[in-house]
Amino acid sequence: MEKDINIIGFLCNWCSYAGADLTGLNRIIYPTNIKIVRIPCTGRMDPVLIMEAFHNGADGVLVSGCHPGDCHYTEGNYYWRRRHAVLKRLLEFLGIDERRFQATWVSASEGKRFAEVVKKVVDDVRSWKKNE
Amino acid sequence: MSKTGVFICHCGSNIAGVVAVEKVVESAKTLPGVKVAMDYKYMCSDPGQNLIINTIKEQALDRVVVGSCSPRMHENTFRMTIERAGLNPYRLEIANLREHVSWVHSEKASATDKAIKLVELAVAKVRRNEPLQKIYAEIEKRALVIGGGIAGIQAALDIAANGYKVTLVEREPSIGGRMSQLDKTFPTMDCSACILTPKMVAVAQNKDITLLTYAEVEQVHGYVGNFEVNINKKARFVSMTKCIGCGVCTEKCPSKKRLSEFNANIATRKAIYTPFPQAVPNIPVIDKDSCMYFATGKCKVCEKVCPAGAVDYTQEDEIITEKFGAIVVATGYDLYDHSSYGEYGYGEIPDVITGLQLERMINSGGPTGGHIKRPSDGKEPETVVFIQCVGSRDDAKGKPYCSRVCCMYTAKQALLLREHYPNSKAIVFYMDIRAAGKGYEEFIQRVQTEYGVLYLRGRVSRIYEKKDHLLVKGVDTLSGNQVEIKADMVVLATGLKPKKEAQNLAQLLHIGYDQNGFYTELHPKLAPVETQIAGVYLAGCCQSPKDIPDTVAQSSATAAKVGALLSKERLEIEPMISEVNPLLCSGCRMCYNACPYGAIEMEDTEIRRGEIRCVAKVLVSVCKGCGVCVAGCYCKAIDLKGWTDRQLMEQIKVISYC
Repeated sequence: MEKDINIIGFLCNWCSYAGADLTGLNRIIYPTNIKIVRIPCTGRMDPVLIMEAFHNGADGVLVSGCHPGDCHYTEGNYYWRRRHAVLKRLLEFLGIDERRFQATWVSASEGKRFAEVVKKVVDDVRSWKKNE
Repeated sequence: MSKTGVFICHCGSNIAGVVAVEKVVESAKTLPGVKVAMDYKYMCSDPGQNLIINTIKEQALDRVVVGSCSPRMHENTFRMTIERAGLNPYRLEIANLREHVSWVHSEKASATDKAIKLVELAVAKVRRNEPLQKIYAEIEKRALVIGGGIAGIQAALDIAANGYKVTLVEREPSIGGRMSQLDKTFPTMDCSACILTPKMVAVAQNKDITLLTYAEVEQVHGYVGNFEVNINKKARFVSMTKCIGCGVCTEKCPSKKRLSEFNANIATRKAIYTPFPQAVPNIPVIDKDSCMYFATGKCKVCEKVCPAGAVDYTQEDEIITEKFGAIVVATGYDLYDHSSYGEYGYGEIPDVITGLQLERMINSGGPTGGHIKRPSDGKEPETVVFIQCVGSRDDAKGKPYCSRVCCMYTAKQALLLREHYPNSKAIVFYMDIRAAGKGYEEFIQRVQTEYGVLYLRGRVSRIYEKKDHLLVKGVDTLSGNQVEIKADMVVLATGLKPKKEAQNLAQLLHIGYDQNGFYTELHPKLAPVETQIAGVYLAGCCQSPKDIPDTVAQSSATAAKVGALLSKERLEIEPMISEVNPLLCSGCRMCYNACPYGAIEMEDTEIRRGEIRCVAKVLVSVCKGCGVCVAGCYCKAIDLKGWTDRQLMEQIKVISYC
């Protein structure tokens, strides 16, 4: 059997990680392809970490944090938003399909949304893999 | 080689129902550095925790991984468990097998595979965990209250009652705030001044409260327990120590053109003035902008008539710097400016007034001596139309929220009007009546039945200015009829909005505000008076519109929180913060510029013997551990304890190789 796709989710501790916990509390089913790494804030996301993930063979990377304006650390997600914009261009240039690197905002109260985000990312990465 | 113990919890059937726990245990045993792996029905229970403690001791473990529910749930529990076994509490990692596996996946085989992977992830991270020491900081046992309205007054009194020193800063010449402008208070109709002024005097007389009026907060540095605040004490031009409050200066002052802010602009005041007779402190200020001496260099009447020699034109603004452990923000509200409403005459029809202006008229201490008079000709009005929701619940004006008090104050004013002039008629246009408070609904009913105030559900489309009256055109949506009312006066129930300068203060304090400009509390339900900045608390209308009972309750709640903070001997701070390796730091200031908290200092440091360079240094008690600096560092000289690059790299490798 072919190896199933493999996605790393970097979730900030205060919004998205808590949102993913809420998905669990609400028992909303989503695919197992995503493995979650807890980070304090999306502001902590060094682009090198994402490069490292692709370098080591990850099929997809999802980074999710607090909605703009809601950052637990006031402005960490703004830093991430800017780094993301630059990194996206760089990955494109390196030939990494844009479907493989996604960023989103999920708050601690958006359990349902987190499941939807995961499903979308898994679908996107699958469609990329199929055409590879 | 590390000696890690892996403990997998069944959580009853919550985890074990989906994940094959025994497989996870077997797989964990094969991981590098794992000395022992076991499972138990409820790891967080007493026997479960004892199992962990005993195993740590028997097997001489130095690190622990628990596969259980979310770390947001029980990380602290298990940290304390391993601390009891003699380990450093930060040598623990949690694999989230419940919220992130068994509760969100139904297919058993793949869920088990994922659980195995998450345990491997935690083992990989814990291998790089360093023992961390808790950080402690001293607490300055004094509080600062910003704003001297009823919210600030109550908070200051309650904090002082807890035995702590308080400084109360008010930008106006007197404390008292909005409540001091009101006549009666709904629904009990007790006189506002009668219940407020004793509290104002209590503030002035309390030896633990330092009152700074006519003063503003200019700068805030530091962090919880250790704020350093610059307060600008504006020049009063009257000596606080010499003035006896006789009022002769105000009486003799020839300049009287300035509209009185306290009287909501329906009267004028002198250039040297106290806002109102019961002002605390009862010491006048000279308004430089309207004083003839400051404009022309001539006059000095107040100086000549002052029997105490208190007038001093040479006074200058004074900056006071003080340290505080906690800050209470109680800056209150402004009223919506109705000049944006074309249908109500853009604020240019003299007989269309605001609720606050009517309030000053009804007040026996007000400029009309308690008589309601039309501003245009001073006539007693017979028919008065009240319009609710002006600048509230109006998306088109950018004010989508309900101001909460307007329904009630309109009812109160209609009642007072009917009491004052029994022959008058009061008509209220409303959208909905919101009377959710103790005795509020009953009050509205009383106003309608006992006082015969007519309530029409609908909006006013236009107010026309006629020769000696106003023509109010509107719609009564209950009957579906267009209505035209010949009115003598129209009173607008203008809504509440945050103070104009509220956003500036938010920037100084680093606290958040919502789309309407109201300060954001830490949690809307469970932390209603805290902010996301530890040590900064909210009270009153700066957080959201509220009435006096709610404001007072919130202020007392804030005081309790401040008391809980200041009563601690020292402050415990999470050690998961950034750390600089000075050998690698190039001194480029990236981190210094990026830090949202100002927690990075550039300092000349001796890197090696004889080599001094300017490098970054983390202020331990200011850093909150967000990691923005780490991601921005070009030299990889700064790292975040507990979330180090090495730890995250290990985790990434584990997942990517799936």
